[in-house]
Amino acid sequence: MDLENQARIKELAEKHGPENLVVILGGAEAESSGLACETVTNGDPTYAGPLAGVQLGLACYHVLESEIKDEIEPEVYDEQISMMEMVLEVEEIIAETKKYREMYAKYQ
Amino acid sequence: MIFPVLKASSYILIHTPDTLKHYGSTQVTTRAKDSHDDYLKQLNRHLRDFKQVVNYAPNQCYIGNLLPDQLTEINQPWYAEANLLEGKRFGELGELMPEDEFYGLVKHVDSFDLVKLTAAFTKQVQEKLAEHPIFSQQNLALGAGNELSEIKQLLAEQDAAPLYFKDQLVGCIKRAHESDENLNSHVMLENLMAKASAYLAIINLQAKSGVDLSTVEYVVECSEEACGDINQRGGGNFAKAIAESAGCINATGVDMRSFCAGPTHALVNSAALVKAGVYKNVLVVAGGSVAKLGMNGKDHVKKEMPVLEDVLGGFAALITANDGLSPVIRTDVIGRHKVGTGSSPQAVISSLVTEPLDQNKLKLVDIDRYSVEMQNPEITKPAGAGNVPEANYKMIAALGVKRGDLEKKDLLDFVKKHGMPGFAPTQGHIPSGIPFLGHAIKMMADNTIEKAMIIGKGSLFLGRMTNQFDGVSFLLEKNSGTVAPEEGYNSEEVKRLFAAAMRKVADSLLGEGE
Repeated sequence: MDLENQARIKELAEKHGPENLVVILGGAEAESSGLACETVTNGDPTYAGPLAGVQLGLACYHVLESEIKDEIEPEVYDEQISMMEMVLEVEEIIAETKKYREMYAKYQ
Repeated sequence: MIFPVLKASSYILIHTPDTLKHYGSTQVTTRAKDSHDDYLKQLNRHLRDFKQVVNYAPNQCYIGNLLPDQLTEINQPWYAEANLLEGKRFGELGELMPEDEFYGLVKHVDSFDLVKLTAAFTKQVQEKLAEHPIFSQQNLALGAGNELSEIKQLLAEQDAAPLYFKDQLVGCIKRAHESDENLNSHVMLENLMAKASAYLAIINLQAKSGVDLSTVEYVVECSEEACGDINQRGGGNFAKAIAESAGCINATGVDMRSFCAGPTHALVNSAALVKAGVYKNVLVVAGGSVAKLGMNGKDHVKKEMPVLEDVLGGFAALITANDGLSPVIRTDVIGRHKVGTGSSPQAVISSLVTEPLDQNKLKLVDIDRYSVEMQNPEITKPAGAGNVPEANYKMIAALGVKRGDLEKKDLLDFVKKHGMPGFAPTQGHIPSGIPFLGHAIKMMADNTIEKAMIIGKGSLFLGRMTNQFDGVSFLLEKNSGTVAPEEGYNSEEVKRLFAAAMRKVADSLLGEGE
């Protein structure tokens, strides 16, 4: 995950408390989505960014997961996301995100 | 309407493993953090030699020796020893150059005596370039070279940037100012290499197409580098500097930027200049990006594969008035991502693809090929960025399904039929839309395709001035052969006169009625 984004997430977690944050991913690929989820839950696995060794344990979902999808106005979802839903490996992306969330997230 | 044409294009790649090690941004930042980092230690083992780079199928495709459709037929991974080709260094559209010869070109295009090469290395380069089909005919300004001790002194005392070839110190690039960081030796190295690679692209364009460079009136440079000093960091102008080196004596020029979308913007703007009659011949050119060498190297090393981002890329394209033969640039079929478009992929693809087609009553399937971000997937997939061109084709097809242009079951067929495999190095602006121009000229001449859409996209947010993304597209079409109206007959003028006469008749009839 981008080092700048890691810094922003860390700052937001400090400011608002990790229990009050939900990270919503929009990555187009399973591995990078998993990596992003791991970063905001268990820390930066590449040990390159501000979240290296920082276990924020944030609640983290991909926008394609039903927990998020069901919260979005269907027209908005259709306009903004439905095309990509057709294109992406949705199941793989969800499985990979879920894997890290279930392993490391402290908040739901 | 009479449209300008894409007369010719050229493509070059320069194999630069030593520059990668010393000046690629991933390596530089890693070294600054820990000079004994494991990645740096492992890097040598993952670098390819020149022969492997020549024999790598995507590179052969980029320089025009292989059509994208032929690349599809070659087994992957293309880098595997078993899948390497008997590649040719010189291609139909350009060439692959090794690093030592390239240092010679960097010296040749240096106007401020900043590049110093050792005498022995200079001699070696001169001998090699004497065998080069183009440069053997030209008088390159390499000088006699310097003593190694002088170069070592410049490194020790003046922060010069060392140049290595096969790990041996062979020269350096001096800083151009004592304290101005915009002119320090690293920046000068990046800029001189961008200039030299662009120069190589133009020289190849001239050699392959036979165009007279003195007829070029304007040069638009569209790389992602910035040249300037402390008071004008991006003052420019690479274009004129490159034009001077290449001998475009009747040209001036300008630098055009929009991250990776730069080349497509440059082509649209150049086509407009020609169509408007401002200039007859406009050359669009870009050299390579040193910073991006080995950008995803850590992922490649981790996945036990060669570090594939080991080449600088360059291209040149000549836009001229309609010659009745070359593909036309349809200046009336232009897509652009607007400020209000939004950033969802749906909105982006609509603005770049379906909007300009709809406005011109064309369907998605009317376009034979879409040239999107043609990044080689072998480079991007291990780094977690997926297969970029394929994702783009799927998005275009999915939008077609949403609009009812395609059936969902035909989505993958559309991708196969209207798409291509990615074959360009991840040099930012280089893979963006333009790698297919040369192939398109050929395929239109062979009647394999009639229409191609060239799409450039750019990540403006990386500059932290806006969260906006950018993109622009245009239609390239087989020339119908209609060049210009016959002299003395102008259909627009006739229409205007006829309309005026009809108005007069109508007015007089109305007058009679009153």
